[in-house]
Amino acid sequence: MTLLSVVFYVLAAVLVGSSAMVISVRNPVKAALFLVLCFFSAACIWITLEAEFLAITLVLVYVGAVMVLFLFVVMMLDIDIVQMREGFTRYLPVGAVIAGIMMVEIALVVLSGRFELDNVARPAGQPADYSNTRELGLLLYTDYVLAFEVAGLILLVAIVAAIALTLRRRPETLYQKPSMQVQVKKSDRLRVVDVPSGTRQGDVE
Amino acid sequence: MDWMIQTWQQLPVILQLAVKIGLILGPLILSVAYYTYLERKVIAYMHVRVGPNRVGPKGLLQPIADVVKLMFKEMIQPTKSDHYLFFIAPVLALAPALAAWAVIPFSDSLVLADIDASLLYVLALTSMGVYGVIVAGWASNSKYAFLGAMRAAAQIVAYEIAMGFALVGVLMAAGSLNLSAIVQAQSGGIHQWYFIPLLPLFVVYLISGVAETNRAPFDVAEGESEIVAGFHVDYSGMGFALFFLAEYANMLLISALTVLMFLGGWNPPLEIPPFVWVPGLFWFLGKLCIVAFLFLWFRATFPRYRYDQIMRLGWKVFIPITLIWIGVIGFVRVFTPYGEIFR
Repeated sequence: MTLLSVVFYVLAAVLVGSSAMVISVRNPVKAALFLVLCFFSAACIWITLEAEFLAITLVLVYVGAVMVLFLFVVMMLDIDIVQMREGFTRYLPVGAVIAGIMMVEIALVVLSGRFELDNVARPAGQPADYSNTRELGLLLYTDYVLAFEVAGLILLVAIVAAIALTLRRRPETLYQKPSMQVQVKKSDRLRVVDVPSGTRQGDVE
Repeated sequence: MDWMIQTWQQLPVILQLAVKIGLILGPLILSVAYYTYLERKVIAYMHVRVGPNRVGPKGLLQPIADVVKLMFKEMIQPTKSDHYLFFIAPVLALAPALAAWAVIPFSDSLVLADIDASLLYVLALTSMGVYGVIVAGWASNSKYAFLGAMRAAAQIVAYEIAMGFALVGVLMAAGSLNLSAIVQAQSGGIHQWYFIPLLPLFVVYLISGVAETNRAPFDVAEGESEIVAGFHVDYSGMGFALFFLAEYANMLLISALTVLMFLGGWNPPLEIPPFVWVPGLFWFLGKLCIVAFLFLWFRATFPRYRYDQIMRLGWKVFIPITLIWIGVIGFVRVFTPYGEIFR
């Protein structure tokens, strides 16, 4: 057993263990944190496969952004575990059927023999100056440029749709307009009154 | 001398790495300690005060006294807090702040891990620092801490995007994700440094860096006037010290990245004799000190931003600026003959 396989088994054990914790731990915040650990271990495994760009992007996007927002929401919601348990037995048959179908599908694909080690050549290790970021970029922007651009467009549409669906104009909320605050002049706000001695301000006006 | 090099090369790789890591972390933690001293002194002089001057000559032993005090102080844990997460949170804050230093090139040869995508690595690790803040705020089970954590999380997520886009401009100009290659692309004198062609991105990056580390004038996460001390209000002793260490290590990290990406890294300002005699390490550290000083200067000068203004600045000002400048770089380089400006 080489050092690399020891590293792999440790990371894989952490990955599987933390994914089991995600679905078994009672506290939703802790479940989300275990999911973070999952993503991180998966990224580490990708690094052992020399896919450092994908691994770092996984950490950057999922750990650094998506899960932060997820935690943000989960922490603010007061999730009642007892209430969620109520439907458990009622939905169990449907859930079990769907899970069974998915297991069979996965088994069919995995056991089809296409993924046997004999069918897939062991990828050769690349030299140290090999940049898989550059290779990935070259491939994405030449051979797969159409798929890449379409995927980007779909994401853009999804962003616009998400904002349009949740945007509510609330006229009763008072907003400040910074441009108006900056442009305001002394004459808009201040009036200098010359009050002769012996009179009150009211007398002058 | 020869026998020393020979014994060094015969050491196991793990041991060599451990020594190198120690050589980075030791000075880093020492400079964090004296950075806090410098902060108190600099702000004191800007306020026409004296600052710490009792422990040791000119108060120079003050950080040591602070460290000893924090180490021997009792760590109090709130009864209703989450026992594991409460102790993990400071570690989650500190670990990314230290691990990111692994890829920082201190000079053309002094770098622990010269990996290909080092810029992305730094970005990924700094984006993980927010977990320490969120977990601390949640595990403390206190409203003040929770409010502080929420503010910090929203702020860090917002400014990370502007920071990331500013870095996209840098890597378009340098054509590489490797920090050493980015510095080498800026060699040749001060006019080659990226802060001139990428001036808007430089300003956005520096200000976002201040916001990302939750420093004044963006320190609403601590907000002494409204929420006591924010996310670390329930921490004492070593737990508090680790948060402090993480914050200052992050400030030094942002300074180092600003120097590497916009101020020419270890390159001297002019490639002529008196300047090239100075080793690159000293140029790097000197520039780092200047940027790190800016953090203290900001804190002494600016009043704290209001929360909605922080969000407006991040989302509605910085992100559009960076997007426009990235477009400008791409347009000029592809469609006009002046592409050399951005190289």
